[in-house]
Amino acid sequence: MTNVLLSLRGVHKSYGATRALRGVDLDLHSGEVLALVGENGAGKSTLVKMLTGVVPMEEGAIVLNGVPQTFSSALDSQAAGILAVHQETVMFEELSVAENIFVGRHLQRGPFIDWTAMNAQAQAVLTDIGARFTATTLVKDLSLAERHLVEIARALSQKALVVILDEPTAALSQAEIRDFYGIVRKLRDQGVGVIFITHKFDEIFAVADRYLVLRDGAAVGTGTIAEASEQALVALMAGREINQIYPHIDATPGKEVLSVKHLSHPTEFNNLNFSLRRGEILGFYGLIGAGRSEAMLAIMGLNPLARGEFQVHGHKFQARRPADAIAAGIAYVPEERQRQGGILSFSVQDNLSLAGLSRFANGLWLSALRESELCQRMTQRLKIKTASPHTLLSGLSGGNQQKVVIGKWLGLDPKIVILDEPTKGIDVGAKQAVYHLIADMVKEGLAVILVSSELPEVMNLAHRVIVMRHGLQVAEFDRAHMSAEAIVAAASGLDGSRAHPTPAGVAA
Amino acid sequence: MKQLLTIRREWLLLVIIAVIALGVGTRAPVFLTWRNGMDIANDSAILAILVMGQMLVLLTRGIDLSVASNLALTGMACALIGKAFPGMNIVVLIAIALAIGALLGSINGWLITGFNLPPIVVTLGTMSAYRGAIFVASKGAWISDQDIHEGIKGLPRAEWLGLPALVWFALLVLVLATVFLKYRRAGREIYALGGNPHAATYVGIAVPARLRLVYTLSGMLAGLAGLLWVGRYSIAYTELASGYELTVIAACVIGGVSIGGGVGTVLGATFGVLFIGVINAALPVIQVSPFWQQAISGAVILISVTVNARSERRAGRQILERQGVTG
Repeated sequence: MTNVLLSLRGVHKSYGATRALRGVDLDLHSGEVLALVGENGAGKSTLVKMLTGVVPMEEGAIVLNGVPQTFSSALDSQAAGILAVHQETVMFEELSVAENIFVGRHLQRGPFIDWTAMNAQAQAVLTDIGARFTATTLVKDLSLAERHLVEIARALSQKALVVILDEPTAALSQAEIRDFYGIVRKLRDQGVGVIFITHKFDEIFAVADRYLVLRDGAAVGTGTIAEASEQALVALMAGREINQIYPHIDATPGKEVLSVKHLSHPTEFNNLNFSLRRGEILGFYGLIGAGRSEAMLAIMGLNPLARGEFQVHGHKFQARRPADAIAAGIAYVPEERQRQGGILSFSVQDNLSLAGLSRFANGLWLSALRESELCQRMTQRLKIKTASPHTLLSGLSGGNQQKVVIGKWLGLDPKIVILDEPTKGIDVGAKQAVYHLIADMVKEGLAVILVSSELPEVMNLAHRVIVMRHGLQVAEFDRAHMSAEAIVAAASGLDGSRAHPTPAGVAA
Repeated sequence: MKQLLTIRREWLLLVIIAVIALGVGTRAPVFLTWRNGMDIANDSAILAILVMGQMLVLLTRGIDLSVASNLALTGMACALIGKAFPGMNIVVLIAIALAIGALLGSINGWLITGFNLPPIVVTLGTMSAYRGAIFVASKGAWISDQDIHEGIKGLPRAEWLGLPALVWFALLVLVLATVFLKYRRAGREIYALGGNPHAATYVGIAVPARLRLVYTLSGMLAGLAGLLWVGRYSIAYTELASGYELTVIAACVIGGVSIGGGVGTVLGATFGVLFIGVINAALPVIQVSPFWQQAISGAVILISVTVNARSERRAGRQILERQGVTG
């Protein structure tokens, strides 16, 4: 931690009228891990894009190793020694792992590509980080977590001065995250400067040396992790003390409203059994890809190969299409907000009324009056921040988009609401709003299934938690017996229970 | 595992071609003679050259509809030049054809990257423009056999080492394409940017330069094909090879080149060309009307696209742990 490796001074960047970065200063020393924290929309992504040469800087200075830099392309920045592991995997599915690692800088012998050397070097890096696949595998045959390892291998295989890790652990399992910490520490010991972007505070405290907090495009605080606390960081991020992110859930579960028995699918999940009661929040916890979303889609009639017995309010129920489930009072708010949930090119009002257009039908025509009534009611109830009901959904922040998507379903007055990762990719303030919304929903007598990969969320909100791993229901905890260790152990298979990766597995 | 499947698919196509050839051969033994084989090879050679160019374009998620017009315009230009300078060396004429074709192709590339226009719109426009230019250049007149340069006419009739010159040209293009796509950085980057254009920018691939390259190469090969076409049929006129771009694209698709970009091999595309060559030669032999030929090509395209789509679609994600052998 001696010399300043990378320094930014007064960096500005605007997108149209939006000022994404407003005079940010940043210092990174060699051999340190700097945690870059901030709510979504605080400017972290823009900063990364600028450092990697994807978007040009408007004003300010980037100095790397004492040399002022202006990156006009991604290649410039890579050549200077800045490498990024991106949040969304930047992968070429049809190409091999080795090629993905070396793409843009294929190894050559004379005028031709040297496949032997490329495969060998890639394999060496992969072995080094403990990957269990070969360099010649096609990326499309890899899981999400394995793809992240490829990204990390790509960064490691280059002689990087600065490595930017943009939420690299999102898809990794507990064990892989620990390996990953090892990789980060190794980079640091080699004298590399690491910029680490994450939403998970335990990761910040586990690997970072210093932090820099961004808020609304400006740097609002920096210091050493040793002297920081989670509370202080959250306060800096939000610009206010957030003491009560999680509301008090005072609803007591009543009668059973949904029961699911023997829910199975040939490849995705097997023999799931659970029930849901009025006023209850049932958490579904597990690692990404554990089969939770797939099971929820089965309830909605969107997973044709799934078989199971369902009862709603004591009556036998089998959804063939989502419309059947909606008619039975079940609403599903999907995980991928932009792809499955809302229509970005529609206005807020059009999105809100979309799920229940038949309710606004007046003979042949839609009643604009009733539509705008609903829109007004939902905007107030959910505290949606929008310039007008006619603003396009794409113009709203992530949190407000999510509220619109949830509001769309609440307009149908459902009895059962399935929320799939409702706070994914939204900032602390918006998360708090969603949590309070969930609390209000159960207070009104709705029953909620909360599918989440965020442990604190599940532990603070749910009455009961079901843990899934590899398509199996491996544990269930009620509120009195929840412990973070036990839940994580069950989800990642560290408790020695079934479903470990042997070829002769379980199921059946 | 997936790779095995695609490789199997290509060889499956070869098996189908062989079955058709043998089936037709039993009804009309003349079909299986060396001479008929060389006729098919000669017919397929020009298509193969065009298909290699089109494949490069398709790999980048683009499409080049202007190849047939480019072929005809370059062919006409070469015919006019040959008529004006009967003493000109054929090597010079080949160089001219490559240069004109490349120029016409690069115009596509510049329009697409310079103004960020969709390839289908740009090449649809140049398809008509180039076709119109032929009329302007020739004033609508035909250049027929006696006015075609001896060198141009002689080229398709030449035989080197027992194989027609056209086949040698096609083989050379196939080999160059294979080397380019497998062993040259630009070739690999074409697969990458077609597979994920967004990511290509992130890893520092110069996307616009690569796009200009593929359209220029496609044009260059179309130019070469133009010279060979004029020589083979010994005629140049405005409607030369009209509509042939669709045959070229069909051969690519049948050969497993994805319109969605990033997927396709030289081997597969070559088999696609052979398939069309064999079908077109076989149907007249067994007295099927030319209209059926089109319908059959169309059906084959639909079948191959459906097969591709089905192999991509998954029944579900593999989340449960696999136990021994499961379906």
